[in-house]
Amino acid sequence: MTAVTAPVRVAAPPRTEALRRFVRAYVRMPTGIAGLVVLVAFVALALGAPLFISQDDLNVIKATGASLAPPTAHYPLGTDQAGRSVLLLVIWGTRASLAIGVIATALTMVVGSAIGLVAGHYGGIISRALMHVTDWFIALPGLPLAISLAAVLGQGPTSITIAIAATSWTGTARLVRAQTLAVEARPFVERARALGAGNLQIVSRHVLPNVMPLILVSSTLTVAGAILSETTLTFLGLGDPTNVSWGSMLNQAFNQGAVTGGAWWYLLPPGVAIVIVVLGFTLTGRAVEAILNPRMR
Amino acid sequence: MTTVDPVTVEAAGDAVSAASGDVAERSDFGSYLLSKVAAAIVSFFVTLVIGFTIFSIMPSDPVAALTRGRPTSPRQLAALRRQLGVDKPVWVRFVDFLHRTFTLDLGYSYQYHATVTSLIASRIGPTLLLTGSSTLISIVLGIWLGVRSGWRHGSRLDRLSSGVSLTLWSVPTFWLGLILLVAFSVGFGPIPSLFPAGGMTSAGVGGGVIGQVLDVSRHLVLPCLTLVLVVFAQYVTIMRSSIIDELGNPYLLTARAKGLRDDDVRRKHAVPNALLPTVTVIFLQIGGLVGGAITVETVYSWPGLGYLTFNALRIPDLQLLEGTFIIFSASIIVMNLFADILYRFLDPRVRAQ
Repeated sequence: MTAVTAPVRVAAPPRTEALRRFVRAYVRMPTGIAGLVVLVAFVALALGAPLFISQDDLNVIKATGASLAPPTAHYPLGTDQAGRSVLLLVIWGTRASLAIGVIATALTMVVGSAIGLVAGHYGGIISRALMHVTDWFIALPGLPLAISLAAVLGQGPTSITIAIAATSWTGTARLVRAQTLAVEARPFVERARALGAGNLQIVSRHVLPNVMPLILVSSTLTVAGAILSETTLTFLGLGDPTNVSWGSMLNQAFNQGAVTGGAWWYLLPPGVAIVIVVLGFTLTGRAVEAILNPRMR
Repeated sequence: MTTVDPVTVEAAGDAVSAASGDVAERSDFGSYLLSKVAAAIVSFFVTLVIGFTIFSIMPSDPVAALTRGRPTSPRQLAALRRQLGVDKPVWVRFVDFLHRTFTLDLGYSYQYHATVTSLIASRIGPTLLLTGSSTLISIVLGIWLGVRSGWRHGSRLDRLSSGVSLTLWSVPTFWLGLILLVAFSVGFGPIPSLFPAGGMTSAGVGGGVIGQVLDVSRHLVLPCLTLVLVVFAQYVTIMRSSIIDELGNPYLLTARAKGLRDDDVRRKHAVPNALLPTVTVIFLQIGGLVGGAITVETVYSWPGLGYLTFNALRIPDLQLLEGTFIIFSASIIVMNLFADILYRFLDPRVRAQ
């Protein structure tokens, strides 16, 4: 029995050992821990929000508070122009901002990785053509391109997601291509090819698993940028006006008199939430990057 | 920053290869310039293709998109269709679009009742004033702080400036603008209303030219401050890392061995070398800043291209959006070209030949 399972056990340890080493290194980075704590807290808040916030709390017609009232015991962060609790709105807004940030990042990663893998693996004319396309997209102005796309596609989270992915896939594509080239230069890929492995098998079984950690790291940093873009586009009025998100809260605060009224309790919380979440993703991403890439330490 | 590095590296490689003889170098520079200009033209052409795709192919009915929210009779719609040539094949429309763009006919804005070209021309000045002044301040501030943090990296100043840079990077530009607006313009608590809330000029300001300049600068303070706070942190990071790259070099040891003070070693030896990559990277970023000012101009109703874009977005006025998109793209392409050329002039290894 032990003789049969032995080879399996021999094969597993390098990866578990690497993971264990990684966790040990991560725990020693205070900024990384802080970032992770922030992320876990906000994800928990986003997932748990429906438990203590009812649709009535978010309904403009059923709101009970005064319009733009400063903080009181009942409304710890005051009320918005419709009399809803700003605190509950900020908590609810976490859901939209995180969801769009993560979905847009996933889309970015899929598109960027696919192009990077193909360009890195096939080389030659395909690689050069794809990298030219990437360079052209890098030269495009990010915010105006996203605004134009979202304006043509119409208001709403779908077009915002597409607009973010269309403007941020280039970085991933370059990164993945470089890493693919590095991995394919290693002897085990040549060995696999000598044993008769096809393109698909080399990419899916050998290259992708080695490129994956890098893709994941860069994705945490991409989420940070995606959330910033999402709030910016929503603030400019490209989001779904009935949906509660941090960007739409600031859009309404700007358009409906919170600024001229000096309603700081309405302006501060969504922005502070954005900064904290973006910092959380950035710190986490940087900590992981620093461990995986010793030159950065 | 990752997007910028390869260009710099490439330029550096060219610079080293060019250091071989006067005549060879001059013709080398000619071909270098030619290849960069050609690349810029191709890049602009691709931008036009992308703009055409977004604004003319993607909307299922461009005429409906143009007239959304406005009462139009069927006869007007048919006339517009003919005018825009929606019924013609795509390539005919594209050639027509190219022809119009190169003759500076970017369309007509029904919202403003003016041509897009004239609208853009009247808004370029304020945008250049805002982005220009904020870029200048950011560069000076960013380089100054970056040199000091990089020279003693790990010091308290370095850790403080890294933390501030990271935090400012995480702040949405428009929100920072809103907060500054509430704090210094509307007035909050003990702070009186110090600066005007928006626009570029106040009505009925006397005092001749000086009075008008003072009035515009008073309006400029808050939007400029917002942009500086968001942008300068990136320059700190760039300058810091290029100073750190220079730290280990033997020429610094030589300078110290000559008995120079630490300040002189930094100012006369390390900084000039570290500035080279920084200046290039900064120029690569300036082009994007013009488009990045959209939110700041919106918050402060600054009458520039960004505010024009925002107003076009609200309708949405697609012809106007297309025009500003082309201008924003062109500014990036021109600045990138400028950065490529500047590098050749700044690098003493090329000049000294």
